[in-house]
Amino acid sequence: MQFDQILQYTLSGLSTGAIYALIGIGFSIIYNSTGIINFAQGEFVMLGGMLTLFFIGVLKLPIWAAMPCAVLVSALGGLLFERLAIRPLRQPTPINIVIITIGGRILIRGLAMLLWGKDTHSLPPFSGDDPIAIGGATILPQHLWILAITVVIIAANKFFFYHTISGKAMRACSYNSRAAGLVGIDVRRMVLFSFVISSAMGAVAGIIVAPLTMTAYDVGVMLGLKGFCAAIIGGMSSGVATVVGGLILGVLESLGAGLISSGYKDAIAFIILLLILFIRPQGLFGKAESERV
Amino acid sequence: MKKELLKFLAFAVLVLAAPYALSGGYIMNVLVFVGINTMLAVALNLLLGYAGQISLGHAGFFGLGAYLSGILTTTAGWNPWLVMPLAAALVGVMAFVIGFPILKLKGHYLAMATLGLGIIIYIVFNETVDYTGGPSGLSGIPNLSAGSITFDSDVKNYYLIWSFTLAVCLFAINLANSRVGRALRAIHDSEVAARVVGVNARLLKVQIFALSAMISALAGSLYAHTMTFISPASFGFNFSIELLTMVVIGGLGSIYGSFLGAALLTLLPEFLRAAQDYDIVIYGGMLMVMVMFMPGGLVRGVPDLVRKLVKPRGGDRHA
Amino acid sequence: MLEVSGITQIFGGVTALEDVSFSINKSDITGVIGPNGAGKTTLFNIITGIYTQTAGKVILEGRDVSGLPAERLAPLGMVRTFQNIELFGGMTVLENVMVGMHTRSSCGLLACSLKMPWAMKEESRIRAGALRWLEFAGIADLADVVAGNLPFGQGRLLEIARSLAVEPRIILMDEPAAGLNSQETLGLARLIRSIRDMGITVVLVEHDMELVMDICDRIVVLNLGKKLAEGTPREIQDNREVIAAYLGDE
Repeated sequence: MQFDQILQYTLSGLSTGAIYALIGIGFSIIYNSTGIINFAQGEFVMLGGMLTLFFIGVLKLPIWAAMPCAVLVSALGGLLFERLAIRPLRQPTPINIVIITIGGRILIRGLAMLLWGKDTHSLPPFSGDDPIAIGGATILPQHLWILAITVVIIAANKFFFYHTISGKAMRACSYNSRAAGLVGIDVRRMVLFSFVISSAMGAVAGIIVAPLTMTAYDVGVMLGLKGFCAAIIGGMSSGVATVVGGLILGVLESLGAGLISSGYKDAIAFIILLLILFIRPQGLFGKAESERV
Repeated sequence: MKKELLKFLAFAVLVLAAPYALSGGYIMNVLVFVGINTMLAVALNLLLGYAGQISLGHAGFFGLGAYLSGILTTTAGWNPWLVMPLAAALVGVMAFVIGFPILKLKGHYLAMATLGLGIIIYIVFNETVDYTGGPSGLSGIPNLSAGSITFDSDVKNYYLIWSFTLAVCLFAINLANSRVGRALRAIHDSEVAARVVGVNARLLKVQIFALSAMISALAGSLYAHTMTFISPASFGFNFSIELLTMVVIGGLGSIYGSFLGAALLTLLPEFLRAAQDYDIVIYGGMLMVMVMFMPGGLVRGVPDLVRKLVKPRGGDRHA
Repeated sequence: MLEVSGITQIFGGVTALEDVSFSINKSDITGVIGPNGAGKTTLFNIITGIYTQTAGKVILEGRDVSGLPAERLAPLGMVRTFQNIELFGGMTVLENVMVGMHTRSSCGLLACSLKMPWAMKEESRIRAGALRWLEFAGIADLADVVAGNLPFGQGRLLEIARSLAVEPRIILMDEPAAGLNSQETLGLARLIRSIRDMGITVVLVEHDMELVMDICDRIVVLNLGKKLAEGTPREIQDNREVIAAYLGDE
């Protein structure tokens, strides 16, 4: 086992980890404002990549215009999903919500399949594919794009939640939505916002990963679940903890695939998921909370 | 009590008489699947409908039953009738052990954890190629036989599967109306109140999880022996979702609802042959529509609907 | 009968209860009163195994039951009701009480599902027993009603009937009169007395002072997480500190 090899796996793991982090933060934002785990989250990741392809291929938009359009349409999808599926629910028990978000996710995926077929597509990398050497390892420019865009999004996210009125209002809802309602915050609008923001973030993740891993109508399942795993490691935080969770997951997966077996690569994420849920359900960095009746 | 028994007898007679009314190997073959899916839906319903605990990993238990039977009867050459209870017991023990940590989780977390478990099992089916044959599957699993009868035709399989399915249904109906079933339903309605009157909610949830997994494994063994060929694709995440759809559409907490849901979801794709790729979209749409407009499932929603239509403005609704 | 000693409960830095001790005599009706936020419900949750206390002991009939979960306490003879009534809403009134007999029956999963003769015998014993408790609470005519559809007052009676089906030696009631009209409260007082007359110890948290003074043999007063006083209703009514605590609250 060589140092170079490990460096190589770690570097590529970091960029996939950044993707997981973005998706995971999407899960956390919705969870924090509503207590819902949105099983359809992964489908917005798929929509990001597939819509970009659609805008480039069918509408002949240049890539720099296609990407924001795809994010916008995905965000619109998130908005519709909340308005049409989540809000009208008459008995919003956890089981009903799980079932309806699963239903939504199957529906979105199925529609994508009908619209765009079952083929796998790839998106051109943002700036060439000449490998860059770092130490004994090499990475692609797209890896750097992924890391950079993730940093920008997370910074923007932080700014939004801590320095804008809407962001602060959303945080207030996550601490205590009833109290937030009493002081005049429109809680339902904040819930809607959370769906819009997290679907947009999911779409961004789907776009920036597409040049590396290809995209198809069914990529949402695994990416979504791994994003959830990142969020669980981070204790459902919508900040740094989930980013670290994503990076840990990405690196472990990449090392596991390279050093142990690539077939079991996907199992690693789920074994970590179960272990965290069993042993530290509050996340790797969280403090235990006593449950009150 | 008497009413329950009569309802079940009527159901059983209907099931046993079906082959005389319907003919043709094709429809019999489809009805065999209805039987297996009913068994699975009833198993999941015990957990979800009665105890109120979700599982998105039941396809995994189904697959474990199928693979244990498949591998032990082909590679090891054991007697299928011997392997069947053994496989169910093994899966039951496994579910019991993993049930303790997993059922500590609630709601969304439980859903995600069981989903993860199901996917891990699925990955193992694909990767342990030496035993399972990997993605290309395992073939040559023997048909079951009893004395001189070998269950190798569709009609014979129909009776084989449905006698198991009816037994499972009766078992579940009896359970629901018993001390243990009431305790389960109590946990569903108010776990804290159930605990206060002395119901050991934690243990009971784990027990029912294990029982549910065992029934699923049994269905898996039967599936392996009737199909004689199995591959991981039948036991993936999508099938777990399909099972969930059956239970929800039929009606949570209703055994006949599970049958209805299983029948509908098994027959629908057969009728929608032309629209093959649409079936997944239809499942998704159905799930959402049911939860939104008919949360009680078909068994409760349809009679309600009929009542509303018959008495459009009958204002006196008794609570 | 029941003894709590040195109970302290801290929730994330906030002290909800501080060194609370008292004991409850067998076959008494004991009232636990105090202004809002005194920690009464928290105390109940600790005694009945729903919270685990930060410090202190709960002794039930000479046995240390501190930290035992709720489901272990029912077989030892302790049961409780809830302020906002916790019924099994999807089940019938009769079934609710039948669940109450869970610890007084024993058939397992297999015996039940296979309808073994002894399971059937037990089932009819459970049914008959549950009906008796419904009659005792005066709601036998509602046996087949779905519990979720009951009006509040009858829901309260059902909850008590279900608790009695556990055949407890001590029953803790959290604000049993809350939400009841005056007629229903009178009925409740009669019911509580007849429960005591069966030899069952009753402890209640209650805001309805008239009811408390009327039926309680002893009263424990909590204020701001500490025990303020304890004694007979007469003594409590004359206690200056208690009066100050209540008046000072307004």
